[in-house]
Amino acid sequence: MAKKWMKRMISVSVTAAMVVGMLSTGMVSQAEEEFNWKAYEGTTIEIQMVQHTASEAMVKKLEEFEELTGIHVEYSITPESSYFDKVSTSLASGSGSPDLFMSGAYQLWDYSAAGYVEDLNTFLEDPAMVTPDYDYDDFVQSAVNALKWSGVPGDPVGEGMQLGLPLAFEVYTMAYNTRAFEQVGIDVPRTYDELLEACDKLQKWNGENSYAVAVRGARDWGTIHPAYMSMFAAFGAKDFTIEGDQLVSQVNSPEAVAMTEFFVDMIKRGGTSSWSKYTWYDCGVDLGTGNAAIVLDADNNPVHQNWEGASEEAGNIAFAPMPVAKEGDPQISNYWTWSIAMNSASQNKGAAWYYIMYFTSKDYAKFATIESNVLDPARTSVWESDEFAALMECQPGYIDAFNATINDTTILFTPQPYFFETTTEWAATLQDIVAGQYGSVQEGLDSLKEKMDMAVSDIDLSMY
Amino acid sequence: MLGKKKKNAEVDYNQVPAHIRRRPYYIIAPGLIILIGIMIPFITAIFLSFTNYSFRMPKWKLVGFKNWINMFKSDSFYHALIVTLKYGLGATAVEMLLGTGVALLLKKDTRYSRILKVLFTFPLMVAPAIAVLIWQLMTSNTVGILEKVLNIFGIYNFPWAASHQTALFTVLVIDAWVNTPFVLLLVLAGIQSLPKSPFEAAAVDGASAWFTFKTLTFPMLKPFMYIALLFRLMAAMQEFGIIYALSKGGPGDTLMNLSLTGYITGFTYQKLATALPYLLVLWLIINKSAKFLVTRQRHLAKQAAGQ
Repeated sequence: MAKKWMKRMISVSVTAAMVVGMLSTGMVSQAEEEFNWKAYEGTTIEIQMVQHTASEAMVKKLEEFEELTGIHVEYSITPESSYFDKVSTSLASGSGSPDLFMSGAYQLWDYSAAGYVEDLNTFLEDPAMVTPDYDYDDFVQSAVNALKWSGVPGDPVGEGMQLGLPLAFEVYTMAYNTRAFEQVGIDVPRTYDELLEACDKLQKWNGENSYAVAVRGARDWGTIHPAYMSMFAAFGAKDFTIEGDQLVSQVNSPEAVAMTEFFVDMIKRGGTSSWSKYTWYDCGVDLGTGNAAIVLDADNNPVHQNWEGASEEAGNIAFAPMPVAKEGDPQISNYWTWSIAMNSASQNKGAAWYYIMYFTSKDYAKFATIESNVLDPARTSVWESDEFAALMECQPGYIDAFNATINDTTILFTPQPYFFETTTEWAATLQDIVAGQYGSVQEGLDSLKEKMDMAVSDIDLSMY
Repeated sequence: MLGKKKKNAEVDYNQVPAHIRRRPYYIIAPGLIILIGIMIPFITAIFLSFTNYSFRMPKWKLVGFKNWINMFKSDSFYHALIVTLKYGLGATAVEMLLGTGVALLLKKDTRYSRILKVLFTFPLMVAPAIAVLIWQLMTSNTVGILEKVLNIFGIYNFPWAASHQTALFTVLVIDAWVNTPFVLLLVLAGIQSLPKSPFEAAAVDGASAWFTFKTLTFPMLKPFMYIALLFRLMAAMQEFGIIYALSKGGPGDTLMNLSLTGYITGFTYQKLATALPYLLVLWLIINKSAKFLVTRQRHLAKQAAGQ
């Protein structure tokens, strides 16, 4: 009798669970069906995009988006060298054009300080405006956090307004030529001291024009934010501290001087004579052509040299985390993310939000990564997918280096609205220091501190 | 009811009708409209240079001469001024010498000179930014043809635009490559328009080539050379594209001329009002140089015409 009762109970429970399961599935799909993608049908929105794989992927899906929503999208694509000048002037006009623009987090500090950027929390917190399958928690949290800021100079990122949503991001790792390492018989350097020793051995490893290590060196902010800033923080240095109501530059601190001395040494012992005009592109190309043995840069940059047939050294490139100051130190890296942000003066905010939602969704992220090489994916579901693992099989160490780096990765700059002025001056001074235009690294950084303090002198924190 | 007979209006036969009096104004109206169009941004720039206008601040206020005083107190201004003059004078001198020299060599109308004339004009058809891309490729230490040529002579990794010592030389080479054909074309046009009789007379008198050049060709070519000089000097003083595309003003501040300093301050740093005095000083320098050269050119043209 008891057995029979037990059997009944189990069968009832199983049936009940199945019914609840089916109902809940039905409810979700019903909710999805109920989401009105056509709410802004007939609206025309404008987006400014930078020339990048992320924008190329969006263009491929525009027709599909327009069909789904009935929203017409007008877009422009501008090379990165003049892209932000165009965005700045457009936003300053206050005309509401463009409705959307691609941006990094640093630029959003400038733009949001002027009130040009819409806080996307307005939409994210409104259930009627978010599709049930959007799954905000699926974003790589450091990527969405990098795009949150309170608007108060000196406050770290991660809290406050959601200034944009990520399309892709990058952390900074080391890519190296396995053939070069085998040829000179060295292991992957784990510390910066080991890196200097590797520089000595790898210089001219592949002929007179070849060299050990490629890092960016051009006269703009792009030189400071990848490897340099990651190393800067790894040595315990900071760009600014808050003193009273002012931001005060700390670029001439003992840690900053030690790090910059190391950096200069590295360029002299293992860099190229053309370092001061090197951008991310040159670093990647030199690894691919077999001129550079190591690249310290965005983790996704050397990937494009390592696809089968993509370059001379394709198949010989592997990845490892950046070296650390001393064994046992945490793996520190700065952070960059390409995101979509909304113009606060836009007259079509609803339609613009639909665009953001569609092009930052899980499905789209998978398409962009797997089919259009948009790296690194900003969605955890893509990182965990079998397709991504299969895709990156030919990039040895890429996922491991990322996993070793991502936990302690965040934006290492102090958020403030004069980011471009301070970092451009920083890059110019670094070029002068490397070229020996100053008597010492300390002298160069003292001069830089003065310039940076001057640049941020009108920030009065008591006004926030 | 005959009523009062209407009196005919008196006609002043000396008075010019209004539509004819207004005719000069109608004629100059399009020019005036264009002039206003040109002057509006210029006057706006002067006005904004006395404000704190910035792309990051929708509201602005008048700050008097603050931006001008800050500029004159700043080292970067004097550095930019020197770079502007060095670049402007250097590039113009090289192009004038090369352009005139090659034009004189191509003076004789042969099959080869006709082919060479066409080939020499090719760089003129290339946009400066594209020219920089071509030169970046040629000077690349990795794949550049110039690097390979230097390697033959045992020179490796020549730094080109990456070094403080060779950056100015590199941009001058690129500028000369792009713009020498312009001087060449103008001077060639001048040579072809010279009267033949003085040269025939000199040949009959047995004058040497140098004597003919010194006393006939050069003085008669001067007005044409002044036109080339005027255009090249104005353009070289405000050069932006080649330097920005090549090195963004680096390494350090080596190539930061007035145009670049103004642009980077105004757009990258978003401090337009701070940048405008730099650009207005540049305009003043170019304006004064151009005025001087135009006066000289007119004087020489009159002289050449025997007036």
